[in-house]
Amino acid sequence: MLSRVAERIYWMGRYMERCENAARLINVNTKLLLDLPRGTSVGWGTLVEIMGLDEYFSRDTEAADERSVMRFMLGDTNNPSSLLSSMANARENARITREIMPSEVYELINDTYWYLKDNASSAVARRERHLLLESVIQRVQQFTGLLAGCMSQNDAYRFISLGRNLERADMTSRIVDVGASRILPKAFAEDSASEPYSNILWMSVLRSLSGYQMYRQHVLDRVNADDVVMFLLQDPMFPRAVEHCLIQLNECFAHLPNSDEALHSVAALRRQLKTADFEALMANGLHEYIDTVQTEIGQIHQSIATTWFLPQVQVAL
Amino acid sequence: MEINWREYDSGEFYDELISSPGNPRKVARQLAKHLAGLTHEEIAAGKHSAELAIKTMGISFTVYSEAGNIDRAWPFDIIPRVIAHKEWLHTEKGLIQRLQALNCFIDDIYNEQRIIKDKVLPAELLADSVNFRPECVGMKPALGVWAHICGSDLIRDNDGRFYVLEDNLRVPSGVSYMLENRKVTKRIFPELFENHNILPVTEYPNQLFDTLAAISPRPLEFPEVVVLTPGIYNSAYFEHSYLAQQMGVELVEGSDLVVEDDHVFMRTIDGLARVDVIYRRIDDLFLDPQMFNPDSVLGVPGLMRAWLKGNVAIANAPGAGVADDKVIYTYVPQMIKYYLGEDPILPNVPSYLCVDKSQRDYVLKNLDKLVVKPANESGGYGMLIGPQASKKEREEFAARIKANPRNYMAQPLISLSTTPIIGSKNAEPRHIDLRPFILQGRNSSVTAGGLTRVAMRKGSYVVNSSQGGGSQDTWVVVEEGK
Repeated sequence: MLSRVAERIYWMGRYMERCENAARLINVNTKLLLDLPRGTSVGWGTLVEIMGLDEYFSRDTEAADERSVMRFMLGDTNNPSSLLSSMANARENARITREIMPSEVYELINDTYWYLKDNASSAVARRERHLLLESVIQRVQQFTGLLAGCMSQNDAYRFISLGRNLERADMTSRIVDVGASRILPKAFAEDSASEPYSNILWMSVLRSLSGYQMYRQHVLDRVNADDVVMFLLQDPMFPRAVEHCLIQLNECFAHLPNSDEALHSVAALRRQLKTADFEALMANGLHEYIDTVQTEIGQIHQSIATTWFLPQVQVAL
Repeated sequence: MEINWREYDSGEFYDELISSPGNPRKVARQLAKHLAGLTHEEIAAGKHSAELAIKTMGISFTVYSEAGNIDRAWPFDIIPRVIAHKEWLHTEKGLIQRLQALNCFIDDIYNEQRIIKDKVLPAELLADSVNFRPECVGMKPALGVWAHICGSDLIRDNDGRFYVLEDNLRVPSGVSYMLENRKVTKRIFPELFENHNILPVTEYPNQLFDTLAAISPRPLEFPEVVVLTPGIYNSAYFEHSYLAQQMGVELVEGSDLVVEDDHVFMRTIDGLARVDVIYRRIDDLFLDPQMFNPDSVLGVPGLMRAWLKGNVAIANAPGAGVADDKVIYTYVPQMIKYYLGEDPILPNVPSYLCVDKSQRDYVLKNLDKLVVKPANESGGYGMLIGPQASKKEREEFAARIKANPRNYMAQPLISLSTTPIIGSKNAEPRHIDLRPFILQGRNSSVTAGGLTRVAMRKGSYVVNSSQGGGSQDTWVVVEEGK
């Protein structure tokens, strides 16, 4: 398969997944809001920070209100990771690679793009927003299902899968970050009377990842912060857990030529996750720890790019 | 709206479906009856689902002048255009004959040049041709074929006959729209296909692959065939991608290919892989910056050398455009006689060459009645439609002709036939042409029908999609019970 096509289709996988995860991330925030006591303010600006988009957001994130953050996250084309931008990017990459996928795949992506283009900016209010986010999540799930059910598990399939799993690992780590330290105002989180609300928070994190039932079956104990964080980072079986995504990457790499460097970078991150002391981290330093996880994920991307994509040609201007 | 054929009148023009108000042609009778039986809601629903299908299937093309707008949905009218099978058989023969003669001509021009030595074609016409590539002289491509894919434009005059308006031998486009048009019609009018015997069009990608595989320098059962595209910003990118997908081959850009030791390779995740046949959708001059335009970033350095050494096949061959010249075109009937010893089955549109003094004088005197075309433009650019032009435009054009007579030819304004489209109150006649696609490799084949292009504006003759034309599905219908 062509290096250029491998690169494009990998990014298509990433952008589709990014779109779904951004939708899930917005859902965590919105649902959480409904369960918290009146008068508790939820930081909408943290959504922007978590996605690493501060430089594109024209206002101060601390003072950001729900409306402007939603405008920014849903349909703002100046935001490279808004739902609409992600889908537009997925579509451009799919347009370039449509000949190697079942033709329904492009039709689905194209249709979702038009759906977002027509609806994203008018879905800022909560009721419409909920419908839009659910629909986007469903469509990306349909995309993944279509690939699983109708695409040969060849190299092209593996590159889509690489893109999806890497993006998913990245986003799950960001969602954990939201839960652990960013959404609830500090004073509120430290107040012992808020403990039940902390559990509500983690339940909505799990629900946003459709992982509540899987967590209960796996952990058996009631929802608590430490277990949820470990579940989302270390569980090998839950498809949205970071460890599971890394296993998937390994699986794909093993079938691709020249994959030594990439396998190595995955092994490094898995080792780091396995040996982390989460009890200590939960008390202090989880946010910084997750930063290092994201750097390692960036490293895996780097080794994929140097191994399989077109060499970056310097064009003289 | 509902369709009332009694109030449909194409006036002086030959109409493809309706011979006179209220009277459908025999081959279109069932279709006309079906259409007339549709309610306003059914027609609106048909239109709507066609638009939706086109949007979802991502059928698009690019208009260069619309900055910031990469692709635009394909304008499509839901009424099919109908051609009788018997008439088509005859047309098909004529098209195959034409392409065979053109290939003999190109091969001759780059080798012995017998046609010039025998004084059938004036030598100076060739000397001035901008599409003649001296780099190709002496080349002998496989099977003696240079133009493997040809899109010829046919128009029908008031006399009801098909005339060949031009032959596109460089990178003719449109075939994917022909295939997609059929898919859309099947989605919106499945019931019509049960009652009609319509020739299928889906064989084209297989035939194209066979044509390309036949010219592979390595005698493999499945040679590595690629489609070379200038990239996503090209107006026909949709088609490039579509054809690669349908043939199951790689769609490559120049940067994917590399020439080593005069062999062509593509960069893959496994390293370099040998390429046998390139179906190129970029112009000659951008193919190889070492031999042609040095600024081209679309092409592949060294590609021409690899081709000249016979290590890779290119379709259409570089230099094939020499026969895609509106002046050379006027000699095609002579070529058919000269190379094949046959009478032309399909006539040319009568043409006047400005390079010839007496013909030029006639053209300059009759500019208000003629259509003047530059020899080497495509897409309907740079032409003068005399009867519709202002006095000032005609004067400017006259000056251009005098300055460079070799570059112009003129034809009488042929009355393009019409066919009904969905209008606001009733079906309305619009002018159309037809672009069938002809393949020549080891065998020759022609698409069943082709791409019908429609001038969507009332009274307009400009059917080019780059200038706002639309299209219809084209049916070759086998009539039953004679």
